[in-house]
Amino acid sequence: MRADDPHLKRLTPPTLTISEKFFLPQIAAGLAVTAKHMFGVVFKDKAFTVQYPEQQEIQVGQPVNLRTSAVYRGVHRLNKDEQGRVKCVACMLCATACPAHCIDIVGATAPETWPDREKYCESFVIDELRCIYCGMCEEACPVEAIELTGLYDLTGLSREQMIFDKTKLLSVFDVTKEGEPMRFGQPPRPEITPPTALAAPDTTATNP
Amino acid sequence: MLVVIGILIKILVVVGITQGAVAYMILLERKVAAYSQDRIGPNRCGSNLVLPGGFRLNLPFGLLQPIADGAKMILKEDVIPSYVEKPLYILAPAISIIAAMIGFAVIPFGPVGTQAPSGVNFQIAPGVDIGIVYVFAIGSLAVYGVILGGWASNNKYSFLGGLRSSAQLISYEIPLGMSILGMVLLAGSLDLNTIVNYQDGHGLWLTRWLGLPAWGVFVQPIGCLLFIISAFAETNRLPFDLPEAEQELVGGYHTEYSAMKFGMFFLGEYLHVITVSYLTVILFFGGWDAPFLNQIQSDWFSGLLKALVLLVKVGLMVFFMMWVRWTIPRFRYDQLMDLAWKALIPIALVNLVATAAIVELLRSSH
Ligand code: SF4
Ligand code: SF4
Repeated sequence: MRADDPHLKRLTPPTLTISEKFFLPQIAAGLAVTAKHMFGVVFKDKAFTVQYPEQQEIQVGQPVNLRTSAVYRGVHRLNKDEQGRVKCVACMLCATACPAHCIDIVGATAPETWPDREKYCESFVIDELRCIYCGMCEEACPVEAIELTGLYDLTGLSREQMIFDKTKLLSVFDVTKEGEPMRFGQPPRPEITPPTALAAPDTTATNP
Repeated sequence: MLVVIGILIKILVVVGITQGAVAYMILLERKVAAYSQDRIGPNRCGSNLVLPGGFRLNLPFGLLQPIADGAKMILKEDVIPSYVEKPLYILAPAISIIAAMIGFAVIPFGPVGTQAPSGVNFQIAPGVDIGIVYVFAIGSLAVYGVILGGWASNNKYSFLGGLRSSAQLISYEIPLGMSILGMVLLAGSLDLNTIVNYQDGHGLWLTRWLGLPAWGVFVQPIGCLLFIISAFAETNRLPFDLPEAEQELVGGYHTEYSAMKFGMFFLGEYLHVITVSYLTVILFFGGWDAPFLNQIQSDWFSGLLKALVLLVKVGLMVFFMMWVRWTIPRFRYDQLMDLAWKALIPIALVNLVATAAIVELLRSSH
């Protein structure tokens, strides 16, 4: 772009008035602002501080407090369906998507009584210390079985305690399901069309 | 012999108190920071304390935080990087804290001279006529700590911090020195006691007419302003903390320092703040002068009362410095130099000449 290009927008810095050049009135105004804030905190209890851990934004089982973002990515949970079964179908998509390689799944053939799926997860382990809480796993999951909750006070006394197995992940679902309902009640997938319908092509559709 | 012991005791008491005061100043600083940012600040240390014997203690405001901080400083691992210039690296924090402490030697922390109760002197080294000059001379020695620390660290950022510090201190020494000359001219002495006595007494006709005390801030308002501004620069406090500028220089000259060596820089800086606050109050805010006290009282009680008045004023001054720190953003380096050479020094010169003329006129009219 040339220097005389008509599209070039020229900005001149605002010229300072006399009082601004002396800085002092501005500084006095700034001091008044901080004084107001100090006064507010000391005498009017206006601090934003949350006295953690006595006071917690998200209490277990309580509705998510509005001051915490609803999209916070904390501890994982494994969702259960209406019959209380784990929703995971052991497709390994989350473990594949995980950039930290911290999900370890052992799949098994689903019991005869579970006609809607071929497999389920026999063991499901997440190393919460290696996890970077990126949320890739919940995005990858085709059946919304894994979700990140708003729980942020994840603590443990040893490394072993921070490796969450299937039981633990399912229990996280139990304590958070009231506060944070599953984002999708049912997997958002089209009704499974019976194989017969697949075999017979739709005649109403115009084929090129 | 008795005198020596007396002085030693005085040194111990003063050093102990100032070190404790520095620790609590850091707590105050954190509190001021928190309050002006709508936070609460440290409030855990000291609350819900269970002492041996089941005695419960509940101190508010995190009052034990300074002790925890101090213990942390002492117990932390002291890392000396392999690439530093070791002798200077170790010397630098020592210089910085020693300069700050010996600068304190002539600061009167209570009434001295004729106003002092007999047999006691609220000053480690009493009777130094050129007290102010001494403080300034020592104060500018403290910059060696910063420069050597920056250079010995063998680190670009530290070095830049050291360079900035040297240029800044050289520039601001000049307005700092000139700003007090007005007060010295009026009082006719470099002795801090005489200056306080002056502020207690006469004053110019204007301040008398307005019913104000003859404090430096009223008889020398420009000098007072220049002194406070230069004092901020002298103590490396925001808005002039360019030598350490966390955002650009990752801590500046003390980047490579850890544990108690870092703590010594820290202590030095805060001691410097105390010294400068004492000087400001003594030179411009009437020292230990208060409306209900006069010069003739020199018994023990009023002596202590005067020391207390001085202490309160100094506390307010320290608070003011912190208040400013959490209000104003940092100057750019060229602005800093412009301010010193193009604004403060000319104004200080004009102020000095004007004061000299007025003093001469007043003297000849008498
Ligand atoms: S949040 Fe990210 S890192 Fe953690 S388990 Fe899921 S995909 Fe892996
Ligand atoms: S949690 Fe979801 S993505 Fe991961 S294995 Fe189970 S069904 Fe697949």
